[in-house]
Amino acid sequence: MNNLFQDANRQQISGRRRNDLIWRILFLGATMFGIVALSALIITIITDGIARLNPDLFTNYPSRRASASGMKSAIVGSLYMLCLMAPISFVLGVGAAIYLEEYAPKNRFTRLIQLNISTLAGVPSIVYGILGLAIFVRTFGLERSLLSGALTMTLLVLPIIIVASQEAIRAVPRARRDASFALGATKWQTVSRSVLPSAISAIMTGVILALSRAIGETAPLIIIGAATYVAFLPESLFDTFTVMPIQIYNWIARPQEAFQDLAASGIIVLMIMLVIMNVAAIMLRNKYQKNI
Amino acid sequence: MSTTTAAPQVKETTKAVDFKTIIDIKDMDLYYGTYHALKKVNLTIPEKAVTAFIGPSGCGKSTLLRTLNRMNDMIPNTRIEGLVDIAGTDIYSNEVDVETLRKKVGMVFQQANPFPKSIYDNVAYGPRLHGTTNKAQLDEIVEQSLKQAALWNEVKDFLKRSAFSLSGGQQQRLCIARALAVNPEILLMDEATSALDPISTLKIEELTQELKSKYTIVMVTHNMHQAARISDQTVFFLNGEVVEFDQTDKLFSNPSDKRTEDYITGRFG
Ligand SMILES: Nc1ncnc2c1ncn2[C@@H]1O[C@H](COP(=O)(O)OP(=O)(O)O)[C@@H](O)[C@H]1O
Ligand SMILES: [Mg+2]
Repeated sequence: MNNLFQDANRQQISGRRRNDLIWRILFLGATMFGIVALSALIITIITDGIARLNPDLFTNYPSRRASASGMKSAIVGSLYMLCLMAPISFVLGVGAAIYLEEYAPKNRFTRLIQLNISTLAGVPSIVYGILGLAIFVRTFGLERSLLSGALTMTLLVLPIIIVASQEAIRAVPRARRDASFALGATKWQTVSRSVLPSAISAIMTGVILALSRAIGETAPLIIIGAATYVAFLPESLFDTFTVMPIQIYNWIARPQEAFQDLAASGIIVLMIMLVIMNVAAIMLRNKYQKNI
Repeated sequence: MSTTTAAPQVKETTKAVDFKTIIDIKDMDLYYGTYHALKKVNLTIPEKAVTAFIGPSGCGKSTLLRTLNRMNDMIPNTRIEGLVDIAGTDIYSNEVDVETLRKKVGMVFQQANPFPKSIYDNVAYGPRLHGTTNKAQLDEIVEQSLKQAALWNEVKDFLKRSAFSLSGGQQQRLCIARALAVNPEILLMDEATSALDPISTLKIEELTQELKSKYTIVMVTHNMHQAARISDQTVFFLNGEVVEFDQTDKLFSNPSDKRTEDYITGRFG
């Protein structure tokens, strides 16, 4: 009995163990690099920004004096953007995904569209700014309005939402469609009563992650001319507006240190908002996994 | 399965009753693209009886079953020729709408495939599709269907629970209840017990004997003994052809084709 464990080649085994340890350390190092860099970033921002993280930040408009400045118009602008973008991009994105997965004939034209959408998901955001400027601001004459901004951002997130929704729809087992068809359901009944309920959490996860990307975007909005200094709240879709990342960018660009600290507190607010959206996405995903 | 040479035991109760024909297939060919999957099928299926399809795997049993509720329509490049007549109607003619056909010809699949919904909502899915929204009416349908599927007593106190909380055998009976809830005439079962344990299998076999008083049952089975135990008519398939069909006791005791005899005595397959 004890011979069984004794005549293994000990030298070879200890060599393998050492190898194992080296790889382990390398991978740990790779992980730590990211964690340390990220922690350093967060710590600097918090130490700089915590002092200015007070109610004034949420209730004051931007001002020439850092001590009186707040980001009320930017926070409200971002929230308005979100409320406009979310329904438009949800309807268009999920609609397109349903068409492509369930209705489109599987031919070369569909494949071409598919390829384009996947490519668009990786196009730099500034390109969408140029597109939005040409279409919404100039052609439709919407000027540098909240609506122009929201529509431009919708363009930006659409490919991401379409791809994510398609994956969610494709992940619904065939058997679940067959069960519905075999009971005499039409295509739309099957999609709406069987496929979408199974896919909706994963779709929502994709939508939220896409929207949270848009909330942090600056470049396309600067191109279409979102204002950097807005001392009022937009009252209609056609008013000028600003959003949090633009306000932050504007403060960082100032030489005074007081504005730098203000920017840091703005970043904290933006980050908290993004964390909330991501947590919502994760919660939805967990719910979805329970349903599979 | 072992290759015993003893022919399966046929149940004693199969009587040579004259059944009325409900399904009549004439010179039917089916192609998947260029692949000729069913060849010149001629077959009649009796009403309110159990018909079993047997034969080695890949010989076209599921394919023929799916032509009966036109689930093959969804497979691209499928072409079908010849006549499939159910209760006097050519089901491939233009007048037939496929939703009504599938309401009348229900199907139970090899893998139980409940929806990720409650037990109640699973059974109510079909009636709701076809326009029943009245709560009392749905309650009644759900109860009746679950009773017919011999599942009511096990689930009546947890109708709101997820269908996934049921065991595999219970899920399969739930799928039977779901199919019965739209009040079909014919029930197709494609190896509905092959993924189940022996006790669950037995339950479903017993169920078919209850159900055949009201429904025509057509079942695919890879298990000859099951066909012998519970079917009234057996159809033997080989390479896309219907080699022979007959009353089950006759087909197993006195097959007219040599290939049938070889198969049921375990010489191949
Ligand atoms: N969707 C399909 N496309 C192409 N060929 C298929 C398809 N489904 C089945 N076949 C082929 O048709 C033949 C019969 O299949 P099937 O009816 O599933 O056999 P069985 O149920 O008797 O095992 C097999 O050769 C199979 O490969
Ligand atoms: Mg099969």
